[in-house]
Amino acid sequence: MGEKRFITGNSAVAAAVKLARVGVIAVYPITPQTPIAEKLATFVSNGEINSEYIRVESEHSALSACLGACMAGVRPFTATSSHGLAYMHEILSYASGGRYPLVLVNANRSIGPPWSIWGEHQDSIQQRDTGCIQLYVENAQEALDTIIQAFKIAENPNVFTPVMVCLDGFHVSHAEELVEIPDQADVDRFLPPFQTSALLDPDEPMTLAAGARGKQYTIWRFEQYQAIRVAEKVIQEVDEEFEHIFGRGYGGVVDNYRCEDADIIMVILGSFTGAARDTADMLRLDGIKAGVLRIRSFRPFPNQIISDYLSSAKSVVVIDRDVSYGNEGAVCSEVRGSLYGLSHPPTITNFIAGLGGSDVTPQEIEKVVRGAIEMKGSAQRSIVFQFMGEGK
Amino acid sequence: MKIKDIPKDEFITSSLSCAGCGAMLAVRLALKALGRRTVIIIPAGCMSAVTCFLPQIPFRVPMFVSPFAATAAILQGVSAGFKWRGVKDINVLGIAGDGATADIGMAAFSQAIVSGMRFIYLCVENEAYMNTGIQSSSTTPVGAATTTDPLPDALQGTSVSKKDIFSIAVAHRLPYAATASVSYPLDYYEKVLKAAGTDGPSFIHVLTPCPPGWRFPTGETIEMGRMAVKSGMWHLLEYSGGKVKFTYVPKERIPVSEYIKAQARFRTMSPDGVAHLQSMVDERLAALSGEEK
Repeated sequence: MGEKRFITGNSAVAAAVKLARVGVIAVYPITPQTPIAEKLATFVSNGEINSEYIRVESEHSALSACLGACMAGVRPFTATSSHGLAYMHEILSYASGGRYPLVLVNANRSIGPPWSIWGEHQDSIQQRDTGCIQLYVENAQEALDTIIQAFKIAENPNVFTPVMVCLDGFHVSHAEELVEIPDQADVDRFLPPFQTSALLDPDEPMTLAAGARGKQYTIWRFEQYQAIRVAEKVIQEVDEEFEHIFGRGYGGVVDNYRCEDADIIMVILGSFTGAARDTADMLRLDGIKAGVLRIRSFRPFPNQIISDYLSSAKSVVVIDRDVSYGNEGAVCSEVRGSLYGLSHPPTITNFIAGLGGSDVTPQEIEKVVRGAIEMKGSAQRSIVFQFMGEGK
Repeated sequence: MKIKDIPKDEFITSSLSCAGCGAMLAVRLALKALGRRTVIIIPAGCMSAVTCFLPQIPFRVPMFVSPFAATAAILQGVSAGFKWRGVKDINVLGIAGDGATADIGMAAFSQAIVSGMRFIYLCVENEAYMNTGIQSSSTTPVGAATTTDPLPDALQGTSVSKKDIFSIAVAHRLPYAATASVSYPLDYYEKVLKAAGTDGPSFIHVLTPCPPGWRFPTGETIEMGRMAVKSGMWHLLEYSGGKVKFTYVPKERIPVSEYIKAQARFRTMSPDGVAHLQSMVDERLAALSGEEK
């Protein structure tokens, strides 16, 4: 049994990094991630962890230094938020294309302008196609547990793909919760030493991140595509194994709440899931069968599993803390795609809420859900903005 | 040490570099000095473009093609990783062009050379973005024509001087820095060895004449490098222990005009421009000589 402590999400992240025996840490400060950088620096200064701490001048360099550490055969770690993640964009693609098994944490935050240091999912959602696995967590405990899982997922030889663990800025990063810190011995049993195939080893010289053309290039990309699809199964297996050892599991790629018999299902990511669960409970008291499906793995996107959960519902409300400008919420589009081909698909309403750190209440969600129940016909689409009402 | 003492070992063969490539010579010599237990980071640029494409992989030591701006950060990461593992016998070498160092990679370079990490950063200086077809970098000399500065005397707002990366590095007070030239191979070779023996970051800025970019015949690479030093357009310097010193001073000096006449990239320079360049060169030489005293 681990030790229970009342700590923030950021402290839970630092605790996970310590437990994972990370060798190289390279972090650049940005709100709301900064306490992670500070906590880890304190650990290194105290000798609580045996890691090399690299002070870098940017997030671009932070992730680049992590690539370097990977190639030296050492488990690296970095964390960022918002504009910092945007600045890492080039290296995210490099890390996935080169198949470097690294783990980074993103404390989700809006991208300015309008300037806001507060939470939403736009920063990580807009990195969707960089080829990194994206896991979204609900609370500090899940953040800690998922980071330990993430190393095991990224370093699986069939995967060898970077994993981004996303926790909501402030709602998770700064909120204090009771968190169980696992025993080091149990983590050591669960997480094997770092492994990678892309090594700078003078005894086996290779040119890494080489250039390729035509079919050779496509083979490389196909393998990358296959690896992140395989990861869907690996994420589930790792979560099951984690549950077996530590007694906590998160449903693998999705977390189901009362979806089995539900006519109306809310689909959501991250820490606002609790509000949606309250909405479901309230609606059920009123005789409306409601459920919540929390997507844990946004990349790989578990199309089939999501389709299976939603196929017998009459209405779906997808709650997005992001906007894909010129279309709709990005999660909504993904869910819509998963449902293509169903003979009786549910109607889909997209609720854009929680932007710029706005709280979303169960009552606000309930109002949108009741509107969705009224909607008829699968061809209809509706998008509702919190505070603003229906969008065109 | 004599030229015949340079090892016969080759760690790069049959690349796609241009005939007379000065940068390739710099890489070849550096690897002879550093030997088999060396790992290389090379960003986008000439040197990766002519070495990284499958199936023709010419490096016999491990090499990683880095994102353009990331060379120095990756060097830090590799070095930190080896340090964590207790690996002490591997040279960590970055080879980046002038654009990758002075322009897009400057921030990472500046940070990395004040870190405690042990690596060698080699800047192969051909004075423009040659890989993409001769575009100006901030180290392109005043008066040199490029495709983004086709008539240097005519274009407003272009460079008024060549960015001095060596002095920038020295301002960081890193353990070891040097300038070198492929035309003075022993001087260069010994500097690479000194960099390898440095416990911390080291920087070598080596001038590598480029026949297609500078527009001179492919057989004259070495001569161009010699003329650069003789004219004072380039100096062979070393910084360690807080002091800059010349490692070589040419016995006879030549006017800048002689160097300029040998390369078609300077062909549009006006006599006033040449005179201005000569005065800049004289000033720099006087400043350096004063510094040494």
